[in-house]
Amino acid sequence: MTENTTESRVLTGEHFMTGDIACAEGALAAGCRFFGGYPITPATEIAEQISLRLPRVGGTFIQMEDEIAALTSVLGASWAGLKSMTATSGPGFSLMMEAIGLGLCTETPCVIVNVQRAGPSTGLPTQGAQADMMQARWGSHGDYEIIVLAPSSPQEIFYQTITAFNLSETFRLPVIIMTDEIVGHMSEKVIIPEAGKIETVNRLRPKGRKDRFKLFEPDPNGVALMPAAGDGYKIHVTGLTHDEKGYPVMTVEAQAEMMARLTGKIRNNIDRIIQTEELFLDDAEIVFISYGVSSRTCLEAMAMARSKGIRAGFLRLITIWPFPDDQIRALAKRVKALITVEINLGQIHREVKRCAEGKAPAYLVGHPGGTVIPPERVLAMAEEVL
Amino acid sequence: MASVNRPNKQQNHPLDDLIRKDRIPHIWCPGCGIGTIFASCLTAIKECVATGKNGFDLDKFVMVSGIGCSGRAAGYVKLDSFHTTHGRAIPFATGLKLANRDLNVIVFSGDGDLFAIGGNHFIHAARRNINITVICVNNLNYGMTGGQVAATTPYNAKTTTTPAGNAENPFSLPLLAYASGATYVARWTMLHTRDLTVSINEALSKKGFSFIEVLSPCPVNYGRRNKEKPLETLKLYQEKSIIKNGADPSELDIDMEKGIILGKFVDIDKPTHSEKYDKLYRIE
Ligand SMILES: Cc1ncc(C[n+]2csc(CCOP(=O)(O)OP(=O)(O)O)c2C)c(N)n1
Ligand code: SF4
Ligand SMILES: [Mg+2]
Repeated sequence: MTENTTESRVLTGEHFMTGDIACAEGALAAGCRFFGGYPITPATEIAEQISLRLPRVGGTFIQMEDEIAALTSVLGASWAGLKSMTATSGPGFSLMMEAIGLGLCTETPCVIVNVQRAGPSTGLPTQGAQADMMQARWGSHGDYEIIVLAPSSPQEIFYQTITAFNLSETFRLPVIIMTDEIVGHMSEKVIIPEAGKIETVNRLRPKGRKDRFKLFEPDPNGVALMPAAGDGYKIHVTGLTHDEKGYPVMTVEAQAEMMARLTGKIRNNIDRIIQTEELFLDDAEIVFISYGVSSRTCLEAMAMARSKGIRAGFLRLITIWPFPDDQIRALAKRVKALITVEINLGQIHREVKRCAEGKAPAYLVGHPGGTVIPPERVLAMAEEVL
Repeated sequence: MASVNRPNKQQNHPLDDLIRKDRIPHIWCPGCGIGTIFASCLTAIKECVATGKNGFDLDKFVMVSGIGCSGRAAGYVKLDSFHTTHGRAIPFATGLKLANRDLNVIVFSGDGDLFAIGGNHFIHAARRNINITVICVNNLNYGMTGGQVAATTPYNAKTTTTPAGNAENPFSLPLLAYASGATYVARWTMLHTRDLTVSINEALSKKGFSFIEVLSPCPVNYGRRNKEKPLETLKLYQEKSIIKNGADPSELDIDMEKGIILGKFVDIDKPTHSEKYDKLYRIE
């Protein structure tokens, strides 16, 4: 792909590219201008592609000394006013948990990509898994809300990377894209539209009186305006519990107020955030629920089931967190069973079960990691439980 | 009640415009050296802006701190200021500086923050020659958490986690900075405020990675356990310090018997990270 690079920010045209390259191109199309990275299989190609492309469009790439530094530099660059991102895999994602917390607490827009491989620890470096889904939700200490997306093809990675930037700029927080080794390394057709057809969102910057400005005072959407360092607002940004002005306040009340701001801006905008895809749900008696690469397994399994007369439907989660509780609750009320398909031992299955609340039985077709789940296993499970 | 000598509360301090007065009182203990070093830093910033050289603009000065007593500085300065996570002030500052080169980025933090948990970030930023200024308040221990051993604690010194004395040897911070590639390296104590202010001014004006170590008393946690009364630490600084500009960086171990060498040890010119990056990547 690298020989194809041009000076243009948006590579308009029809391409054959991997998910990792599509991610880098999506970032550029979204307006990313800073990338702080650290090499790791199977995410390295994102850094490689962007190291070549970013400086040509006026941006900066740096390979930091580790993933803690990588994400921390991204937060710094974001406060200097640039759309910023990093990409990694499991071991690096673990190191990023500290800076994810700082990004959430200081409401710093940025994008983090985790091209998942099997764990724990060094695990299977070159083989895919989907087992960091709960880490993406809860990996940093403390309570919080976060936005996590799980695209299932190179084309979708391109678009969801843009969406991730737009959401992070809109709601001022780190947004995580969870892909996996399989989608990251597979090559497929990716159509990149003209720059003018790509919707990009930029954080709102304050214009008014500098002395009266409050750094974390929410607007009606629950999100505060964000100046950049050097704009003259003399802001103070801290990872300590802080008030609307940004000043540390070590009280139970300030903690409660800050937590309400941090979680409210997500919880009160769920409808604007959650994306799902529904296939054949109208007449479905059994519904497969999946995301990322395992969606492909489900599509095939659904076709196999339908050909056997089983009315199978498919709910594809594009947004994983916040979780589409209501949608699954509603489904559970009208179908015979829910089957979650994922390359882990039941992380999202747990959530589905929670939402099903006993209204419909929830089953798991899981996998310890390293390869895709064959559709036959999903079909067999459907036949068994119906 | 006759408070003849008490300063008038309304009186203005020359650094008032650089301080978030609505955040005072600060958390620093009586006898702590951090405030004096902080004041030197603010004075140097003011001087830089007053001269108008290098296009210095107060709006473009940014202070970044990690976590610790010293790290609280970012919370009191009336500049764009960032109080980050423990040890990560330098990578945060790196991101700020690379994203906006007009910013004048100062990292103000403690020895534990910059050289234990953040040690790797320090050597890499120096190696890359990121154009920032790093000021380290070295109080020879972890003040904030109650006086534990640090990477700077002298051999045999008592801390809460070395109750029988420190079995390890400390880093020589100027040697580490020099070896890592810093373009400006100096060491002072909080007693040498005038030299320190001049030095910070030079460091801020210097193109490249500048580093200043400032020895500072922590009477509450370090002094108390090492039989140093607050004034005695300052006396040591006065009596045991030797100013030796240009001293060999390999001879800068802190040794109270032989004396502590202060001064400016490195002041060299070389291209910054951004200059080299532009040359290779932004070919017209
Ligand atoms: C990741 C992490 N580990 C531990 C701590 C606890 N902690 C807070 S400050 C500090 C040491 C600070 O020492 P130093 O940088 O020397 O600052 P000083 O208080 O001495 O000025 C530690 C270990 C923390 N905040 N974060
Ligand atoms: S604990 Fe030590 S370093 Fe911290 S404020 Fe008190 S005297 Fe200063
Ligand atoms: Mg210390």
